[in-house]
Amino acid sequence: MSQAPPLLQVEGLVKRFPGVVALGGVSFDLVPGEVHVLLGENGAGKSTLIKCLAGVHQSDEGTIMVDGKPVVLHGTADAERLGIATIHQEFNLVTQLSVAENVLLGRQPRSAGIIKPSEMNRVAAQAMAKVGLTIDPRTPVSSLGVARQQLVEIAKALSLDARILIMDEPTAALTDDEVDRLLALMEELRSRGVAMVFISHHLDEIRRIGDRVTVLRDGKSISTVPASTPTHELVRLMVGRSIDAQYPRARGEVGDVLLSVEALTAKGRFEDINLEVRAGEVVGLAGLVGAGRTEVLRAIFGADAFDTGTVTVKGKPSRRRGIARGIEQGLGLVPEDRKHQGLVLGASVADNMGLVLLRDATRAGVVNLGRLAELARRGVESLRIRTPNTKALVKNLSGGNQQKVVMGKWLLADPTVLLLDEPTRGVDVGAKVEIYNLINDMTSAGRGVLMASSDLPEVIGICDRILVMAQGRIVGELSHEEATQATVMALAVQEMESTRAH
Amino acid sequence: MPTDIAPASPWSSRAKETLGQNGALGALVVLGIAMAILSPVFLTPQNLTNVGTQAAVVAILAFGQTFVIVSAGIDLSVGSVAALSAIVTGYGASNLGLPAWIAILLGLATGLAAGVVNGILISYGRLPAFIATMAMLSVARGLALVLSNGIPVKVPAEVAFFGSTLGGWLPVPLVIMVVLGVLAAFILNRTYVGRCMYAIGGNEEAARLSGINVGRQKLIIYGLSATFAAVAGLVLAGRLASGQPQAAAGYELDAIAAVVIGGASLAGGTGRAFGTFVGALVLAVIRNGLNLLNVSSFWQQVVIGIVIALAVLTDTLRRKSK
Repeated sequence: MSQAPPLLQVEGLVKRFPGVVALGGVSFDLVPGEVHVLLGENGAGKSTLIKCLAGVHQSDEGTIMVDGKPVVLHGTADAERLGIATIHQEFNLVTQLSVAENVLLGRQPRSAGIIKPSEMNRVAAQAMAKVGLTIDPRTPVSSLGVARQQLVEIAKALSLDARILIMDEPTAALTDDEVDRLLALMEELRSRGVAMVFISHHLDEIRRIGDRVTVLRDGKSISTVPASTPTHELVRLMVGRSIDAQYPRARGEVGDVLLSVEALTAKGRFEDINLEVRAGEVVGLAGLVGAGRTEVLRAIFGADAFDTGTVTVKGKPSRRRGIARGIEQGLGLVPEDRKHQGLVLGASVADNMGLVLLRDATRAGVVNLGRLAELARRGVESLRIRTPNTKALVKNLSGGNQQKVVMGKWLLADPTVLLLDEPTRGVDVGAKVEIYNLINDMTSAGRGVLMASSDLPEVIGICDRILVMAQGRIVGELSHEEATQATVMALAVQEMESTRAH
Repeated sequence: MPTDIAPASPWSSRAKETLGQNGALGALVVLGIAMAILSPVFLTPQNLTNVGTQAAVVAILAFGQTFVIVSAGIDLSVGSVAALSAIVTGYGASNLGLPAWIAILLGLATGLAAGVVNGILISYGRLPAFIATMAMLSVARGLALVLSNGIPVKVPAEVAFFGSTLGGWLPVPLVIMVVLGVLAAFILNRTYVGRCMYAIGGNEEAARLSGINVGRQKLIIYGLSATFAAVAGLVLAGRLASGQPQAAAGYELDAIAAVVIGGASLAGGTGRAFGTFVGALVLAVIRNGLNLLNVSSFWQQVVIGIVIALAVLTDTLRRKSK
């Protein structure tokens, strides 16, 4: 593969933001028909690098060469002209418009300013066929799921004659089946000579589809290795040290029942949910995407209404529901989407950390800001949140540190039972371990944790008991000893098949 | 006006910091210097207090508007609510024979009620703030016309006090503006509802999931905005010595402009009372200056439009370069 001349070559790329060196010297190259993985912790510089390649940011030093010629990318249009297409984590789709209009956005076939719908749909259908998207091009994008929206993005990129496709965590929001399909598509594109830059935190995907891996750490490219490099070696390169245990769960004595949920039902979302969480225990909710885990957590917390059932915390049942009531009972929820549900991104670390305790710190309508600032300082210290100070804006922190801020605002309120929804999604290996240690701290202090996660090794590694959900019901329970990926998946899938047989 | 900057740093660097953070303040200084050069009258104490008096009504409306804009909303009804409150006060005193202070309280309560209705429509009726307050703009103006029969209403002497001058030189509107400005800064920075404004404006869903009762807070926010509008209405009635059903028409746009010139984003989550204060002064200095220079009022509108665009443009550019 190394004989082919590099399609894209990056050398000594440096990008500075005020006060931060985001990229401190990155070099790598990409040959036709290669899937080149960028691997690194959150904050290692991957996003900045691809934004430089997409023309969103302009680098301060270093060169970018396409077909062996140095290029300067003043904007995204320059990158597109050179055949570089980027699929960002947040899609650039106009969801109200049809698939065809999105694929050909700004380039719709037209005469004298009037769009020719039949030709537009025909051209778009050709581009869609290349990615195996066989739906009506007139379908509105809003009616598609995440996986298909992603295919629309890829079809759009290919219709621009992209030779270089940059994909930023394309599998983060996909189910296993959808990931399989995406990887198959990537293989096909590779055989057609398309070069791809692929970002993922999932080491198994990297091994399945990747050719070479360039590891980034602290804004520098550390080394480029074959994708077959052993996991522990990749992790060592990434964090600069080896992580002894990926899942450092400290199990202790299990105490009294803290949370008891009985016959919880919300028509169309979940049915007859019964579960208990005891002091010192981490209970996992496993299952496929759409099995109803998030819905159950939100209903227990009080964020959504339910039809029947009771939620009892520390022996006190509650009829009235609502978020304020849930918090009063001693519940907390770390939601699945930290950017949209967990954080006020434009506000400071201190403001975010104080959000839950705001009411407590208020006397006669006036907030004791000194107390909140002190609590935030202590929280930042004890959670080891890497931020210049508590006045820094949360949007400038890396994903792992942002997640710690969301955890922190709840830990400061010291809930009896903390509900975690995908607590480590989009978080790097190092920060994951720190989050697991926070969970350990909670349980050793006699609190309980109920955690939903799509990351099976995590559920198996961290939870003491695992409840498997399928189609809105709990279909089985496994102890920590019984749980393997196979036993959990067998339960998660089995119920689906039996209902399909009806 | 209080600002949040740590008192430890020396005054000069604090001043620099404040100037750098707030493009409107720079613009105000430049405008002030330019006017001082162009017109010998501008810097006279009499003219400066005049500017303050002219700024007062818009500034008071804008302080209330700041609460709403920080929480990512908009309140188009403030001008109409101001007029309605003044009419209710005048009607209560003149037609119902209520004691002046009860009539004034009735006027303020009318404002509060209008704001609470806005809040209910927005929080529980799920109407966009733009629509709900646009409806109130029409309803409140209409009620003001109905109550007054379309003609000015006599207001009690106590209301006229709001438009008078203390000790022969200090205009009461100026005092009320400063007091309400300090109050607005206090509400924004130090109170529960104030911190909720920033949280709701920054990310409503995160605020809700953190236990903030967003619906209830919005009731309070729109109630505060309309109550500030009612005070503005009384100040205006004091200056005009009567309740005018068509008073303050279009002032909602001046109030929004003052907030935006002051550095707040219509997307919510940012904004300060001091910025709004400066924004209102910028508008007043331009109007006053153009009057002193004998520029026609038709041209004044053109200039003000350009200034609004320029203020926000420079702010956007400065933020981009950061």
